[in-house]
Amino acid sequence: MKTMAELEAIRKQTLERINLRKEDKADEVRIVVGMATCGIAAGARPVMMAFMTEASRRHLSNVTVSQTGCIGMCRYEPMADVFVPGQKKITYVNLDEAKARRIVTDHIVNGHPVAELMIGADEDKTVSKEEDKQ
Amino acid sequence: MRDLSLQLMDLAQNSIQAGAGQVGISLALDETGKLTLMIRDDGCGMSAELLNQVHSPFVTGRTTRKVGMGIPLAQNNAASTGGGLEIRSAPGQGTELTLTYFTRHIDCPPLGDLAQTVAALILANPQCPEFRVSLTSQRGERALDTRELKQALGEVPLNTAEVIAWLMEAAQDMTRDIFGGELQ
Repeated sequence: MKTMAELEAIRKQTLERINLRKEDKADEVRIVVGMATCGIAAGARPVMMAFMTEASRRHLSNVTVSQTGCIGMCRYEPMADVFVPGQKKITYVNLDEAKARRIVTDHIVNGHPVAELMIGADEDKTVSKEEDKQ
Repeated sequence: MRDLSLQLMDLAQNSIQAGAGQVGISLALDETGKLTLMIRDDGCGMSAELLNQVHSPFVTGRTTRKVGMGIPLAQNNAASTGGGLEIRSAPGQGTELTLTYFTRHIDCPPLGDLAQTVAALILANPQCPEFRVSLTSQRGERALDTRELKQALGEVPLNTAEVIAWLMEAAQDMTRDIFGGELQ
């Protein structure tokens, strides 16, 4: 059984690390997951937990995962916005747990946004196919 | 919604959107298999007029689109088991939403991953609101209160790796101890 005493122990262990973090907010990466009815029904909850567990497994203490409501593009849910300081916001669509983990490793850790998971990736593909035909 | 835990996740968003400072969530299972799910918040509440319309999918507080499926889906889900949905609310007084499910009814959705819902709600809203989640069955009561967690943690935020792991395990323990074997 998990106890409050364990939390106290976690507090002692992590306090030093937390204090180091406080001084440096400039590299804060934000992941915002859509969690309205549409998002949740499409599977947003495990996607959000996958972002959190992958970021914490890799000890990415500069990453925060939060939630937002519906932004009116329900057919693309589950969706997430990734904000990296100094870069444009990137919206990822039709996510699942594996894709979420990939975004953490490819985009956030290694700095390569995952083009095929971004919003508009399908449209771009159709356009290029049509261009190929011509 | 595929299961009750997702239903709870969805309805709790309404409390968050309503600007609640405290959200109380309780699930109580009695010996006949009746499950009462209650969400109580101190958010902005609803006017009598909105309260009357809230069961309609064509009413929503949102401005991005004109349909709101949360309440209608919840009501439909509960009613299909012989239970129902009740909302009490007034402007400035918060909202109390009660869903009843007869879990032995063949149409009752499974419980789903309740622990993940609890962890996700708390971790996605680490500052505000405060959550108190309490589970009750004949085996007793177990509760998780974010105020107590924050007190134990001091300046260490909830969404720290070690705390995330603790919270997920604590939520799983609690669900298994109270509902394990009774609700899947």
